[in-house]
Formats: sequence, structure tokens, C-alpha cells
Amino acid sequence: MKGFNRRQTALALLLFALALLCAVTVAGVALADQAMVTDFSRKNLAPCGQFLFGTDWMGRDMLSRTLTGLSLSIRIGLLTAAVSAAIALLLGAGSALLGGWADGVISWVIDLVMGIPHILLVMLISLAFGKGFTGVVAGVALSHWTSLARVVRGEVLQLKGAPYILTAQKLGLSRMAVLRRHMLPHLLPQFLTGLVLLFPHAILHEASVTFLGFGLPPEQPAIGVILSESMGYLTTGKWWLAVFPGLALVGVVLLFALLGDQLRRLLDPASVHE
Amino acid sequence: MSLEAKHISFRYRKKGTVLEDISLTVEPGERVGLAGPSGRGKTTLCKLLAGYQRPAKGQVLLDGKPLGEYRGLCPVQMIWQHPETAVDPLLRLKDSVHEAGPVDQSLLDAFHIQPGWLERYPAELSGGELQRFCIARALAPGVKYLLCDEVTAMLDPITQAQIWNVLLEAAQARRLGLLIVSHDSALLERLCTRIQPL
Repeated sequence: MKGFNRRQTALALLLFALALLCAVTVAGVALADQAMVTDFSRKNLAPCGQFLFGTDWMGRDMLSRTLTGLSLSIRIGLLTAAVSAAIALLLGAGSALLGGWADGVISWVIDLVMGIPHILLVMLISLAFGKGFTGVVAGVALSHWTSLARVVRGEVLQLKGAPYILTAQKLGLSRMAVLRRHMLPHLLPQFLTGLVLLFPHAILHEASVTFLGFGLPPEQPAIGVILSESMGYLTTGKWWLAVFPGLALVGVVLLFALLGDQLRRLLDPASVHE
Repeated sequence: MSLEAKHISFRYRKKGTVLEDISLTVEPGERVGLAGPSGRGKTTLCKLLAGYQRPAKGQVLLDGKPLGEYRGLCPVQMIWQHPETAVDPLLRLKDSVHEAGPVDQSLLDAFHIQPGWLERYPAELSGGELQRFCIARALAPGVKYLLCDEVTAMLDPITQAQIWNVLLEAAQARRLGLLIVSHDSALLERLCTRIQPL
């Protein structure tokens, strides 16, 4: 029997992760209204055939709430990861290309932001931006760009000194042409992988900061809100309120990590021919 | 009308002074050999003459004008010792070789570059094969001086002779000035019109 090679497996896994995440996002948006419906005739139901994840103390369907929360998390993750990656690209490339004192300042800022624990920084920025959606997005976006910025800086520095880039400049290629022909193709795989691997961090930090009460408002069915509300009911034996949303969050994070890994496997020159 | 280094000095930040008060002139049609032991700064001198580095003191003049004032294709081209670093690993050779404008098919043929090689990536060719592409690329119209930094050091004698034959022919036809760096004194004596120790 002829098996698939690693590239094909990687591609299949990547598409699988992508499809599942898309499905969760779409389902969450579609179920948003249903997640808010309260019905006291069916409150505190344990998981059963009709309500797979059970219902909470207001009779809300936990499955729709979880999906809506995840969908919100994924969308926030997309937004923050995109903003973070843009900052990382700008500062990393700027740092390497400008050099001199600009490099010094940017490297110092990277060290500074890296030096503060993420969760603390996210909380502080979120507070400063008045909590809520803006606060969470600003907090996560402004704290997660550092490691990717370092990667981009290192990569651009290395490219800047590479003989084939120096030669291309001497052969009369313009700066833009060198950037397009020689720099972007080398930078893109690193950047894309870094971007995708930002998602799990962003999602986890969004959930934890919301859980701690510095993030999304309590009326929104976010995973962090669901988990922090369920804390009060855990001692009364309503385990399903925390277990399923928690597991679902872990699942989404793992899916994103899988997505990033497979993407790296497909784009990384070191494993491109496997 | 020549490539001149006038009293140039150069130092690396950590290694200290490498070149001190060096003067060198290459005339069109001349083949100057540069000999000297390892670590003396032969490659550094090539980089200075090709404009990759700026001298700490002194000037590099091309036809009386500082080299830094030339825009676009630099009339002084350096051919690197390690061709595998001088071509973009993500580009097919057909894209790399035409970087400075299209290269004549006759030149590719003269270097025994097989048409199939153009479709390959650098990792799929040997050093000697890549070096032919680098030299062909550097022989763009408008180039007046070639700095050959140990360009055939890693090649077998037959390939070495082949490459030098084509290179010298092209240099003679276009009255290029050559600066040839090598450890091989026999090679320098065979190729050069003048040898300058460093």
C-alpha cells in the first residue's frame, strides 16, 4: 500500500484544522441569538441528547454559548494577531533596515515589553483602554508582537548582509526590486508561520484576561466569561458548565498550533522537500 | 581611465586594521594578480574596490570619479569566492543569471552552461556550475572591471582552465580590467600581465 508523503499529510491536516476552525466561527455567528435565549423551564440540565453540553442556571444552551464564545475568541484572535504581526513586521524590518540608534531604541522596546509578564501587560493595557472589546484587542495586540519582531529583525539583518543581496544591488537592481525579488520570498514563510502561531497565544490571553474580569463585559457569551461564571456553580456539582467550554477552548488552541506547525512544515525550506 | 585605489586603509571593528595605506591601479585590458598569504585582506581589498565596503581612509576612483557616485549597474563587479552564497537560493538560475539584464546565449554556451541547469535551483548545482553563472552574470554590458576573488579555487584543473579561457577571451574582446586574487602563484603567472604582492 502506498502511503502519503509528509507534505500531503501536512496539507491534509492543515486543511482539516482550517475547515474546523471556519466551521466553529460560522456556527458561532449563526447561533449567537440562540445563545442568549433564557428558558427557566430547562435550567441546570446535565448534558443529554437535546443539550449536548447541558444548560446553565438561566436555561441557556451551553453548546450554543460555547460555540458563540469560541467564535468570538477566534475573531478577536484574528484581529489581534493581524495587528500584532503588522507591528512586528514594521518594527522588526525597520529596526534591521535603519540600524544605528533606531535599531537600539526598537530593540530596547522589545526587551522592555518582553520583560513584563504577558498577562499583567494585557491587563494593564486593557484597563487603560477602558476594558471591553477595545481593551482586550489593544491589550493582546500591543503585547504579542515582540518575539515575531525579533524573528523578522534577525531575518532581515541576515538577508541584508547576504552576498546575493549585495550582488543584486551592485548589479543595478533598485531597492524595491531587491525587496520584492530577494527579501520577501525569504521573509514570508517565517512571517506567516509566526502570524498563525500568534493565534493560540492571543486566544488564551483574551480568555484569561476576560476570566479575571479585565476583558470582555459579562453580558457577552465569551469563553472567559462562561468560565468565570461557572466557577460559582462548580461546588454545587454543575461540572458541565466549565468542563466543555474549557475543553473546547483547549481544542481550538491546539487546532491553531497544528495549523501553524503544518504551515511551517509546508513553507520552511528545511523541510520543503520531505 | 582606470580603477584606482588611493592610499586606502580599512579596519574591522573587532579585528583591527586589515589594510593600511594601499594603492593599486588597474588599467583597462590589464590583468593584475594579487598575491598574499591568508588573512592579509585580499578579499577585503576586493570588497573595497567593488564598493561593498567603504575605506576608512583614502579613495576608490573609477575614471577619476569616486566609485560611490555611480548609480545603477556598478562598472566594477566582484565575483565571490563562494558562488553558492552569491545566488538567491529561492530563485531558479534562469532568474538569477539574467538579474543585470539578459545574458547572451553565446556566453552561456561558452561557459558550457547546459540549458537544463537554468531550470534548477542553486542547491541542485555544484559550486563550479554555479560559478559559471556568477561569471556570466557579472559580464553584463557596462561592466568595465572584474574582480575575481579565488573564483576557481574549488574547481578541478580542467574546469578551471575552461573557465579562465572563456573569461580571458571575454576580457580581451571587451578590454576589461581584471584583478585576479589567488593563492596559486603558477596560476597568477600564467594569467596576469602584472603581479602585485599584498
